[in-house]
Amino acid sequence: MALPKLMLNCAEATRLLSEGQDRELPRGERTVLRVHTWMCSGCRNFGEQLGFLRQATRAYARGEGDQGDDPKP
Amino acid sequence: MSTASDDTLAPHGLPDGLHDGLHDAGFIAGLRQQMVKFARLHLQDAHLAEDAVQEALVGAWQGSERFSGRSAFKTWVFAILKHKVADVLRHKQRVVDAGSLLKTAEDQSLDDFFDERGHWLADGRPEGWQAPETSLGQQQFWAVLEVCLDGMPAAQARVFMMREFMGFETDEICQTVGVSSANFFVLMHRARLRLRECLNLRWFAAGAPRQGA
Repeated sequence: MALPKLMLNCAEATRLLSEGQDRELPRGERTVLRVHTWMCSGCRNFGEQLGFLRQATRAYARGEGDQGDDPKP
Repeated sequence: MSTASDDTLAPHGLPDGLHDGLHDAGFIAGLRQQMVKFARLHLQDAHLAEDAVQEALVGAWQGSERFSGRSAFKTWVFAILKHKVADVLRHKQRVVDAGSLLKTAEDQSLDDFFDERGHWLADGRPEGWQAPETSLGQQQFWAVLEVCLDGMPAAQARVFMMREFMGFETDEICQTVGVSSANFFVLMHRARLRLRECLNLRWFAAGAPRQGA
């Protein structure tokens, strides 16, 4: 981000949350992001769900999806 | 996938030493067949199609040791193939009715998700998912995930899978694919927005997951 902003909108916040998965966010960005997600449940949920997306896709790549872990009741 | 009936299915020009989980001539032959069909459909040229399939398979092999699952490998191979086909089409300047195939990241605006002030659109605001990890033990979930991954546009899919399936670092991906880090971040942002939305629509908000043990 070119200029430091105090207030992020959700498009910007989700963009930062996504970038946080691929690069280290410096403190300034982490702070504005924390302020936003503290106030915005949508982006807070998005951030949490990003973690799950990563977990699921990596498991999928490892072939866990091919094994049909749980038998149907 | 049908299994090979005899040994005459030697893949053309493929490297030796297939990773264990993919070491099956029938699987590869079946996959290749699907790829050729796809490439021919879009390129309308048997030679171009063969070339694209070969390049995609060789390209996919370079990362194949990181896969133990066939579904994931297939998804990955097709992502590369789609991207290659799109490249060929752009160079030949042929107009083919494969709209999503030709769209670049720039064409996919964030209007699907946010309003003009950058706030979530009413229906799109993420709600919490309760204990999503429990879904990882449900076979249907993986089928849904595969559908969502298959639906990812080619440019997004290529970098997303390099990052999330194969664990490449950001700058490795940028160098390999020839994309700027700015564009990389844009592609990943869009990919994650769409993927999350797809899973939400088809699984978490659809009441599919069984809650609790």
